[in-house]
Amino acid sequence: MAKKLVIKNGMVYDPANGVEGEIRDIFVSDGKVVESMDVKNAEVIDATGMIVAPGNVEIHSHIAGPKLTVGRLLRPEDHIKDVVKAEYPLRSGVGFSIPTTFVTAYRYLLLGYTTLMEAAVPPLEARHALDELEDMPIVDKGMYILMGNNNILFSLLKDKEHDMAKDFVGWLLRATGGYAIKVVNPGGTDSWKWGKIFNSLRDETMWGIKPVEILKLLVESAEEFHLPHPVHLHTYNLGSPGSYRAALDTINAFGDYSLHLTHLQYYCYGGDGWPTFRSEAEKVASELRKHPNITADMGQVLFEDTTTMTADTPWQYRLHTLTNNRWVSTDVEVEVGAGIVPYKYKKSSVVNAVQWAAGLELALMLDPWQIFLTTDSPNGGPFFMYPEVVKWLTSEDARRDVIKTLPSSFRKRTFLEGIHRELSLSEIIIMMSAGPAKALGLANKGHLGAGADADIAIYKKRSSVADTMGSVYMLFKDGELVVDKGKVVSGERLGRFVRVDTGVEDKMLDDKVMKMFSEYYSVNFSNYVVEDVYFKNEEVIRCE
Amino acid sequence: MELETSAKRGVESMKIENVVCPFCGCLCDDIEVEVDNGKIVNVKKSCGVGRALFLNHEKDLAEPVMYGKKASIDDVVSEAVRVLSSAKHPLVYGLSSTSIEAQRKAVRLAELIGGSIDQTSSVCHGPTTMAIQQSGIPTCTLGEAKNRADVVVFWGSNPLESHQRHYERYSLFAKGMLISHGRKDRKLVVVDVRDTVSSKLANLFVQVEYGRDYDIFTALRMLLKGIQPSEEFIGGVHVDKLKEMLDIMLSARYGVIFFGMGLTMTGGKYHNVEAAISLVRELNAHTRWSIEAMRGHYNVKGAGSVLAWQTGFPFSVNFSLGYPRYMPGEFSAVGLLKRREVDAMLVIASDPAATFPSAAVKSMMDIPVIAVDPKKSLTTEVADVVIPVAQVGVSAEGTAYRMDGVPLRLKKVVNSPYPSDEEIISLMIKGVERVRYSG
Repeated sequence: MAKKLVIKNGMVYDPANGVEGEIRDIFVSDGKVVESMDVKNAEVIDATGMIVAPGNVEIHSHIAGPKLTVGRLLRPEDHIKDVVKAEYPLRSGVGFSIPTTFVTAYRYLLLGYTTLMEAAVPPLEARHALDELEDMPIVDKGMYILMGNNNILFSLLKDKEHDMAKDFVGWLLRATGGYAIKVVNPGGTDSWKWGKIFNSLRDETMWGIKPVEILKLLVESAEEFHLPHPVHLHTYNLGSPGSYRAALDTINAFGDYSLHLTHLQYYCYGGDGWPTFRSEAEKVASELRKHPNITADMGQVLFEDTTTMTADTPWQYRLHTLTNNRWVSTDVEVEVGAGIVPYKYKKSSVVNAVQWAAGLELALMLDPWQIFLTTDSPNGGPFFMYPEVVKWLTSEDARRDVIKTLPSSFRKRTFLEGIHRELSLSEIIIMMSAGPAKALGLANKGHLGAGADADIAIYKKRSSVADTMGSVYMLFKDGELVVDKGKVVSGERLGRFVRVDTGVEDKMLDDKVMKMFSEYYSVNFSNYVVEDVYFKNEEVIRCE
Repeated sequence: MELETSAKRGVESMKIENVVCPFCGCLCDDIEVEVDNGKIVNVKKSCGVGRALFLNHEKDLAEPVMYGKKASIDDVVSEAVRVLSSAKHPLVYGLSSTSIEAQRKAVRLAELIGGSIDQTSSVCHGPTTMAIQQSGIPTCTLGEAKNRADVVVFWGSNPLESHQRHYERYSLFAKGMLISHGRKDRKLVVVDVRDTVSSKLANLFVQVEYGRDYDIFTALRMLLKGIQPSEEFIGGVHVDKLKEMLDIMLSARYGVIFFGMGLTMTGGKYHNVEAAISLVRELNAHTRWSIEAMRGHYNVKGAGSVLAWQTGFPFSVNFSLGYPRYMPGEFSAVGLLKRREVDAMLVIASDPAATFPSAAVKSMMDIPVIAVDPKKSLTTEVADVVIPVAQVGVSAEGTAYRMDGVPLRLKKVVNSPYPSDEEIISLMIKGVERVRYSG
């Protein structure tokens, strides 16, 4: 007999279906939302006076994989300020900027999240990321596979073997269990292995090809394979004065394609050096408005002590030399690298203050269907502080309270004070759930229409949007209660692992690729391909 | 996995290619194993140690034993559960020679019994981890050494004896993307307290006085900054030789230092490694350099990773307050045993009775010790309860992380009469949950 659930009388926010605060009943049968059903024998939840919304969807966060674990290992001082006791059957752990895997899942659940995307996995180390994701209970998850610095791809491009290169892209995604193609500083991470800082789309790298060609190949591959999510791009020149030009350059080069620009805040800076550092979020936002096919996420910064981590190794070296903070850098053979630097965003730093403003300006000038709420966790700050970001997006007073504490030169470098917009609850739900789900092509997430996964968040209505969204009261995952009265109540239940199948099998790679494989890698081809046993409880999206 | 089943030899006979060797941190993944009637009869491509490991897979197998008497698997597991759930401060130790899957369960078990958990790093490369906590680390995967490194330095490490195929597969003879001629394209510098088989191949051998590595690093860092040391000899090495070494290092397009326990377990310990990391970090202002620890046991890298992702800390972790606490020394296995603070010990896939200082081993003799191991060892000899298991990478599947963190799938090539560590620890977890949590 089907397991049935009715959530009665809630104020339903389902922006994807044009529902904004209507009193409705939501019917669930066997883990799916249904239009109507015989309510006999159904469990009934009375949601009178409460907000009912689809579970949130994380489009960009660093949660699992080798760089997370090295980050955890690096920072005992980060852990001891935020320890989590075991409450059987829940696990203990530590929190703050790089929480342990179980704590990551619990804290996301308490914010109403039911789907998480790990934003940057080196293909060679995919098994490690998968091991950690398996230790992240309840939530559904997927991962983006790093491809923008792959030497085999470069070599194929240089020899103008575009068809094989596209097959290679499809194969790599399938062989490692990826959901989307991730690109970080295309050509730049590879150049750093040669000791060169490379910051351009249009100059030639050591391989005699231009990053714009690499990107074009990846963007077109994503379209040709009909991937649910387009290329997820961290472009060149992140974080530097003048970085807004890289954003405009990238948007102009790929304006006709689908694309996701991640942590776009870091690409909203003007000025020709740190002394003249200013926000150019307005220029980036107005360019983005002309390209509704391009989505973005914020990468908002918070004034916190956090741990930065990215596959942009040259940038991390620069951050290390700027701050003299501890520096981890790992060059991963043939394909990518990763860097980690602890970093504290300070209110007393006008540069940090401009960064804080730029993220909010960007989000407040765009349609919430185009820009989603992230902190590029942990880079801009830890994800469990999202309610702070919601507060600033929904309250001009809250923004003013912060601005009062910032250096006086902040005013002439930003225009946040001139923005009076306050986002509504519905708009926040778009930025945290409906929008990211749509951009990810997750048809059953981010809405409460018939056929949706019954990932349903119930919030107590409080005096402000930020307080309402600050913690979930009840959360259902596939129709099962996983958070009750603000506490995680489900133990070791494993969520789904979502990946794509491009149909490109091992045997479709040509001899040239196989030769490069055996010459360049330190592992055998057959031991590179991730075995099915790692894809536990998988949901495969076929997109041949 | 390529299985070439040979009809002539029956269903249990086959040649299996690309097997991953579960011995040292190199995790060589090109081994060919021939199986005939359920026994390994031939091993190709591996080093002598790996070959012996596979060929002797049936020798010296542990048996289920309880207080000196043979018992059933059910009995030994039940007794282990009884001992661990009634202990006030149990210690879980080992982990470096088993799978990620088993390690993940072991941390859960330690948490449920509110004990301490430590892994073999604490008597090995633990100081490396502490140095990383102090200063970070610029490092790389072994394939980068193979593809790019035109200068390699081995410091306090004798790979031809400890990691026998490291030179061949990754660091000296290996041909790679930009190193098309292998050895000819590389310079090798070896720093050690004595001449070894590994140092005989060096372009430059620097013989350092025992315990003076820190001085050498400091001198090299001074020279790199253009400061002339006031002494002529430093750590037993003439300054001119150090200059020669630094010139070689600066001539690299991409260099890698591989270091062993010659740095981590001599005076200064993590200070040595921190000095080494600092040198490499500073070299990166001139050219590209990485540094990497020569990890010993095949999945010791995994043990530190699992502990870090489940507790935040890589070794010496305690759960007695219900959340993980980290304190090397305080919660290290040797320290806990020496101070007689633990009242029961579970050893998984390691042999502390053979490797710990005598005071710690004496303390082990006075408390109930449970050993989970595929093979007989000094520890299984002194243990009160012995739980035999299948051997990961030989008779059980599982994941292991190579010394550089690259994760690989270990294969099962023959059967074992016993369950895997993962299965045994899962049974213990269920038992403890029943006793302590009525689960």
